[in-house]
Amino acid sequence: MDLGQHERPQVPARARNLSPIVPRASIAGRALVAVVAIMTFLASITTGTVLLVSASAAEWQSDVASEITIQVRPAAGRDLDRDSTAAADATRGQPGILDVRPFTKDESAKLLEPWLGSGLSLDELPVPRVIVARVQPGSTLDLTGLRSRVTQVAPTASVDDHRAWIERMRSMTGATVFAGIGILALVIVATIISVSFATRGAMAANRPIVEVLHFVGAGDRYIANRFLRHFLRLGLEGGVIGGGMAMLAFGFSESIAGWFSGTPVGDQFAALLGTFSLRPSGYLALAAQTVLIAAITAWASRRTLFATLDDID
Amino acid sequence: MVRFENVGLRYGLGPEILRDLSFVIPAHSFQFLTGPSGAGKTSLLRLLFLSLRPTRGLVNLFGHDVSLLGKDEIASLRKRIGIVLQDFRLLDHMTTYENVALPFRVLGREESTYRREVIDLLKWVGLGERMDALPPILSGGEKQRAAIARAVISRPHLLLADEPTGNVDPTLGRRLLRLFIELNKSGTAVIIATHDIALMDQYEARRFVLHEGRLHIYE
Repeated sequence: MDLGQHERPQVPARARNLSPIVPRASIAGRALVAVVAIMTFLASITTGTVLLVSASAAEWQSDVASEITIQVRPAAGRDLDRDSTAAADATRGQPGILDVRPFTKDESAKLLEPWLGSGLSLDELPVPRVIVARVQPGSTLDLTGLRSRVTQVAPTASVDDHRAWIERMRSMTGATVFAGIGILALVIVATIISVSFATRGAMAANRPIVEVLHFVGAGDRYIANRFLRHFLRLGLEGGVIGGGMAMLAFGFSESIAGWFSGTPVGDQFAALLGTFSLRPSGYLALAAQTVLIAAITAWASRRTLFATLDDID
Repeated sequence: MVRFENVGLRYGLGPEILRDLSFVIPAHSFQFLTGPSGAGKTSLLRLLFLSLRPTRGLVNLFGHDVSLLGKDEIASLRKRIGIVLQDFRLLDHMTTYENVALPFRVLGREESTYRREVIDLLKWVGLGERMDALPPILSGGEKQRAAIARAVISRPHLLLADEPTGNVDPTLGRRLLRLFIELNKSGTAVIIATHDIALMDQYEARRFVLHEGRLHIYE
């Protein structure tokens, strides 16, 4: 295009660092990073705890499910020692039983020590004898057959495969996981709402930019992408901070559990959650969750961006 | 290129501010749009720029019935239209150079492919020394020239200008008119909305006069 008769001096063209179309400072990012960080931290703590409880419960269940307990109660006219030995022998003969271990008098006294104190003489108390049998993993034990064989030789014996306890454990674990998923859902909804508000605020602050971009022919997708990269970065920043803090918390949890060991609370936690340390797969799950929350931030922002662009045009 | 048939426009439930507009703007044509304040010049420009939809009638732009266009198609058509608004609409965080180069950035072009063109145009409109200045420190006239440069840089098929010489002295006004004429000679259809009779007298062109919502055309 010839713009006129004037000689156009040749000025050396130089490379320029172009300003971003949407300036970073125009988006109130600090508050959003803090919100996303807090949400990610809460979500990660919830997920980590659910993983810990599930792992511990699975361990207890597999331990308990691989054992059966036979209890031989004392009764008038019966020789407890002889009944115990007969019940143990009957159990040994059952297919699928790997190992049978009758608890001796002293071992039974040890089991009762926390409640009755040391130096206990079982002769004076009608304390039942316990026989623990290990079941071959993967085998189906004929429990009815075992019961009848044991009660034939020791009528006061009862066989417990811990099924009721395992059922209770299963429902407790299920409730914990369900509550965890509920909390996660709430955290995600709160994140989406916060991000939508932040996006709307940013769009309102940058409305003149959006209008000018429309004037020069930019489509909604082009404009949304200019904003989206800011929100994706903010989401990742918040996610990494919150997720990182949660991972650190789980990383130090073993030491924290150590500080509390010996206290009633510490002992209860140790009994419930073992060493309170997350497995590598748990950390991977937390990292994946951090990325998921950053992605949710970007998605919520994108959704709001397009809705707001519709209003502006 | 542009065809209006019995177009009417009203805002909300208010009175019709543009009535029964019927005209054709051929490619490569040049026209002034004039009329008293409040006659609807800016509204007509906004209809032409597709930022308003008519209340009734048919608007056909570049062969497309605009009532049938989606948002993406409108954005695509706008790339063929340059617009200069009275309030300039420059982005304050970008330098004059970046503001003028914005249409190329939106098109996804590399900076090295348009740098020379932008610098040449800025020099032509007298902003060679203000390339790196931010709009808040530019005078009204400088902002207006930057807005004009941004509108013409991508050599649009249709240029719409709302009072483009309102903030500049007569000498610069003539120079800017010359820019529009050169752009028109290179193939762009130009519509300049103005009150400035002296400006219109400088160039023989079709005149659209809006009065009480109706359009009168003087060839």
